[in-house]
Amino acid sequence: MLLLCSLALFWAGAQETFPVNGTTDPRAGYYAFINATLVKDAQTTLQNAVLVIKQGKIVSAGTNIAIPKDAVVVDLKGKYIYPSFIDLYSDYGIGSGPQQQRGFGRGSFQNVSNTKGAYGWNEALRPENDAFKLFTTNEGKAKDLRSAGFGTVLTHHQDGIARGSGALVTLGNQRENFELVKQKAAAFYSFNKGSSTQDYPNSLMGSIALLRQTYLDGQWYKTHPSTEGTNLSLEAWNDNQTIPQIFDAGDKWNDLRADKVGDEVGVQFIIKGGGNEYQRIDEIKATKAAYIIPIAFPQVLDVEDPNDARLVALSTLKHWEMAPTEPAALEKAGVNFALTTADLKDAGDFLGNLRKAIQNGLSETKALDALTKTPATLIGVYDKLGSLEPGKLANFIITSGPVFNEKTTFYQNWVQGEKYTISDNGWDDYRGNYTLAVKQNGQSKDYAVELGGKPGKITASLKAVGDTTKTDAILSISNNLVKLTWFTKPDSAAKANSGGLNSLSGAVTGTSFAGDGYNSTGSLVGWSMAFTAPYLEKADTTKKKEKETAAVKSAVTYPFVGFGWSEAPKHQDLLVKNATVWTNEKDGVLTNTDVLVKEGKIAAIGKNLTAANALVVDGTGKHLSAGIIDEHSHIAANGGINECSQSVTAEVRIADVIYPDDINIYRQLAGGVTSSHILHGSCNTIGGQTQLIKLRWGLNAEDMKFANWDPFIKFALGENVKRSYGQGNSRFPDTRMGVEQVLADEFQRAKDYQLLGPGKRRDLELDAISEILNRKRFITCHSYVQSEINMLMHVGDRFGFKVNTFTHILEGYKVADKMKAHGAAASTFSDWWAYKSEVQDAIPYNAAIMHNVGLVVAINSDDAEQARHLNQEAAKSVKYGNIAEEEALKMCTLNPAIMLHVADRTGSIKVGKDADVVLWSDNPLSIYARAEKTIVDGVVYFDLQKDSLMRQQIATERSRLIQKMVGEKKKGAKTSAPEATIDEINECEIDANIQRNMLLKGVGASAQ
Amino acid sequence: MLLLITVSMAQSHAQETIYPAPAQTQTIALVHGTVHTGTGDIIKDGVVVVSGGKITKVGKYAAIADAKIIDCTGKQVYPGLITPVTDLGLNEINAVRSTQDGYELGENNSNIRSLIAYNADSKVINTLRSNGILLANVVPDGGIISGSSSVVQLDAWNWEDAAYKTDGGLHFRMPSLAVLPQRFRGSGPAGDPLKEAFERIEKVRAFFREAKAYFEEAKHVHTNVKFEAVKGLFDQSKTFFVHCDLVKEMMAAVSFAREFNFRTVIVGGAESWLITDYLKQNNIAVILGEMHSLPITQDDDVNQPYKTPGILQQAGVLFAISDTHGENRGRNLSFDAGTAAAWGLTKEQALQAITLNAAKILGIDASTGSIETGKDANIVVCDGDILDMKSSNVAYALIQGRQINLDNKHKQLYEKYKYKYSLR
Repeated sequence: MLLLCSLALFWAGAQETFPVNGTTDPRAGYYAFINATLVKDAQTTLQNAVLVIKQGKIVSAGTNIAIPKDAVVVDLKGKYIYPSFIDLYSDYGIGSGPQQQRGFGRGSFQNVSNTKGAYGWNEALRPENDAFKLFTTNEGKAKDLRSAGFGTVLTHHQDGIARGSGALVTLGNQRENFELVKQKAAAFYSFNKGSSTQDYPNSLMGSIALLRQTYLDGQWYKTHPSTEGTNLSLEAWNDNQTIPQIFDAGDKWNDLRADKVGDEVGVQFIIKGGGNEYQRIDEIKATKAAYIIPIAFPQVLDVEDPNDARLVALSTLKHWEMAPTEPAALEKAGVNFALTTADLKDAGDFLGNLRKAIQNGLSETKALDALTKTPATLIGVYDKLGSLEPGKLANFIITSGPVFNEKTTFYQNWVQGEKYTISDNGWDDYRGNYTLAVKQNGQSKDYAVELGGKPGKITASLKAVGDTTKTDAILSISNNLVKLTWFTKPDSAAKANSGGLNSLSGAVTGTSFAGDGYNSTGSLVGWSMAFTAPYLEKADTTKKKEKETAAVKSAVTYPFVGFGWSEAPKHQDLLVKNATVWTNEKDGVLTNTDVLVKEGKIAAIGKNLTAANALVVDGTGKHLSAGIIDEHSHIAANGGINECSQSVTAEVRIADVIYPDDINIYRQLAGGVTSSHILHGSCNTIGGQTQLIKLRWGLNAEDMKFANWDPFIKFALGENVKRSYGQGNSRFPDTRMGVEQVLADEFQRAKDYQLLGPGKRRDLELDAISEILNRKRFITCHSYVQSEINMLMHVGDRFGFKVNTFTHILEGYKVADKMKAHGAAASTFSDWWAYKSEVQDAIPYNAAIMHNVGLVVAINSDDAEQARHLNQEAAKSVKYGNIAEEEALKMCTLNPAIMLHVADRTGSIKVGKDADVVLWSDNPLSIYARAEKTIVDGVVYFDLQKDSLMRQQIATERSRLIQKMVGEKKKGAKTSAPEATIDEINECEIDANIQRNMLLKGVGASAQ
Repeated sequence: MLLLITVSMAQSHAQETIYPAPAQTQTIALVHGTVHTGTGDIIKDGVVVVSGGKITKVGKYAAIADAKIIDCTGKQVYPGLITPVTDLGLNEINAVRSTQDGYELGENNSNIRSLIAYNADSKVINTLRSNGILLANVVPDGGIISGSSSVVQLDAWNWEDAAYKTDGGLHFRMPSLAVLPQRFRGSGPAGDPLKEAFERIEKVRAFFREAKAYFEEAKHVHTNVKFEAVKGLFDQSKTFFVHCDLVKEMMAAVSFAREFNFRTVIVGGAESWLITDYLKQNNIAVILGEMHSLPITQDDDVNQPYKTPGILQQAGVLFAISDTHGENRGRNLSFDAGTAAAWGLTKEQALQAITLNAAKILGIDASTGSIETGKDANIVVCDGDILDMKSSNVAYALIQGRQINLDNKHKQLYEKYKYKYSLR
């Protein structure tokens, strides 16, 4: 509630500009809190200590401190003082802007910012947005935060990729002038474009690219380029670089992505995490970043119905159980972190969740540090806040006991020397032994009264002097007014009227009570009650509730999904005996042959091989082939596969968004895939930079990348880049004629750019194009009809580059001779057609014709499902065009390796190459072939037998967690709906394709 | 032999001159082939005699007089494949709206009929025939009741002579009963995520209750075409096809079947493997959805969709396999069955799943679905195993005894460009 003095000024003799309507009321705000247990910081607790504050600041704190006579003395015997908490991630007093949906085609194409004024080009960059200019106090929200123990927050406008500066404010309800502690306390960033209606960026990789470019632009702007004029956004961007930099990443992988961007530009971000950091603690630790960690733990799901529960992934169930272990995991790993109320629906849940974290191993010391000293230190205000030291702000809380104890009451939260009451209940300790005198007509009846229990929950009992029976009474004290009632039993059944309710009412001063009331016979009485002896607290005889060491039985797996490994699979030398070996080399298909894999490489191929220490795999009746390489894949990436905005987005990089948790990695290993070329989608003429990965299931994004490969970039032609579907198009180009001009213009710009002298603005888009011109980067181009294929080769000839690969290329058969002359490879579908206008002439004989003309031909998937049987897709070229079986198999193994420039390391079974191989149950081109073992770098990442064991473990673990949740529900836990876990599945043909997900069939999926 | 025809036409690019075959006039004997009857039997060195459009003899080879002999030595003889759910002939090019006739506006379109929109000249049809698919159940989409499907044979001048079984099934699109995250729920209000779905289902139930009452009327004051269109369901002359995948959805479907005593078939049935006993007890058949799909959940067996047919077979649930793939346009039906054979079915069971089982489910097994005497001569002869793409080349096909042209647009373009590059 609001204090009467809240508008009074502390500052004795203070002057101010604000006129007063009435008389001034200057006060010193001089208080001495005595007899307290004073927790100055997490490491220092003093008994019987004194805290003196004046004018909103701490004057002294400790023991042996003289109590100033002119201070108001507050006796805190039995009570505790803690520094109040600090939250670095808040929108308190600001509010967040409306969050827009990302996505192309909402309306007409918006190329530049709609923000009025001399600001920058991109609406999602708002570095000029200073929270201190927007801040207004908000008593409702402040009160919630104060009740949870907070006194200070760093608040910012949570909108955009560069969000501007945050302001450090205290949570009082004085004029903003007094609550604002530091104007620009930190600069904030995120990957989320927020309310920006501009098209760019609309993917995670686009956000990352925009940040990367803006760091360069900031540097460039310092040279006062005349071509830019005044750019208030870049000016603010540069100004903000000197203050702490905080990044809202919100998820373990995004944490790493943010840190990586920071590393590139020499910035160490403080990272606001997502609560799942425990799932990748080693990588999190390696960032060396400090973290701001939310403790918004998931609710119990209502999983009583098994058919609903079935659709909730084990990873979701496990996260429910494991989320409270996050702070302990961070502490154990030695990660520096602060805690935040962010992401909680209700700040009132903060302390409860914090206690859960403590039950799960977080030390109380670390917890207190994470709420006081750490946040203060992170933003450089530990001289003002974060502990109780002279000179610091008088921001502290008074509690009934240890701060994280469940039974502790938070009484008061003092903000800059202003008292805010949280709860009065128990503040005064009336417990003790008393003598009660009830007077009627000059007669006094005396009782011995015992007030026991807890200060906030007093129990009363009394017995008449001379009597032996004790009667329970009910005492309530509020605002110094007292009610005391008890029931007198009748003397005997015969004299029933002698019994009845005694009800006394009165007031208390100190420990002296007095008032009037009625006795059991209804006669008016007067009473008084005087303290005689202190209450002797009895040892708690009630059986101590077994400490809920929440018994978290889940363990982290790599990755954090059902089919993850409990330990990353280890390297083991292997000897495959007596298999039919499809070498893809001159030797062709060798029967009854052994293959030795040593240290991840193919070490020997021959008959009767032996090797000590190698695990022997019986290949009798089985076939061993090179691993499948998918030239055109969209798995293992998150945040959107298309930067579907500008027609040229050469600066965006799939490498930035590799997603190791994608279950499709494992599913494709089960189909024999060992490497996948992850491409940007086909929304733009020049899409983004691609990434070749090996399917090293369980490793992190960096470790999945194919080392030392020639980088590629995705181009696209035709209907998709013309945006031919949906509600019309307002982005250039709208025709194949325009596509040519986009390409020509871009390559010309890159040529001109290369000739610019020193001091030029480094343009990451044109850098990528320059790499193409310099043969450091290679093109894979989504294409269908012969005219456009021809066109791109002409553009290449004109600007001096080769098109490395035409992908999809369903009319490649019409211009195979021209492609051969150009030197392009072809990566195509086996038998897709008639799903859009430009594939009406697609034929399943395409691969055969191109192969027979002499092109290097691959069969690709572009589809998370199709990639699971690319061997059989390649086999269709045997049916359609009578290709020899060995050549057909190369279409999904060696040939994609050749077109990706990695055939020196993978794609065939040859001594010295990476051991990327698959053991099949049958001829790998047969519909009956099952991948039994898929091996990448000599490591068995998929094993059909182990897979069956894993499924049993998944079932057991699911059952345990579901039972636990149902148990929690029965115990009364709040539950939320058991929402099905939706894996998003990317596809080139569609911007954000989710329709391949069975659960979303016919549910709002975007059309082609 | 067909090459001769196609080469001569290659440069005219003439899918339009692939004529429907005339009615059978001469007895045909398919001799020396391995005959897969579709009933589980295999007859090596067999003979199948076809006369007047019907199969008149099946058995071990014996000389046949007065017949056109087709030597099937080294080849496999199969019943014509049946694709049990398809948009064939309705949608020509998926992304081109003006070529789409498969999806009608409105919630309850019980009176819609797919047959009359079936384009017998669709270029997609010939790409299915040449892979052994000779019959198709053409299904309308849209709304919650999409209308009636008809079975067509794939060698016709128009929809009238294509019709094989007219308006045999009514299609109900069960709303999703998955508890989806809010962002996927569409514009509906927050709160009970399934409320709207159940309300939609209840409207359909009310529709059928009123329809039932309508048919009890002595004389209709107002003729209701929507009711009239579902009459056959009540005497089981028409089949109730419920498109759904999840257990709850299938159970809701069974509750319809029970209340109205409909002959009910699940289409989709991705989770049917979880409730095989329930389906069997309630006599519910399943047409499985796209074989080559991803498992429903990330914890499911990665090969679950491939294994589901084997589980249904084991449990004795009648099922068929379909191919509704939007990008290959349904030509891979036999390979879908082959995948099921790799993961649990025998090859003959897999064959049944795309022949006799489909015929039973569609109610056409009296006349087709297997190579048995008296049935229509819908027969495919393949160079090798029809289930395995590496050998699945269809050499001959008969529909009702008519030897059909196996050419298609793709073969013609193949010839054209072999010619261009002087390839053999």
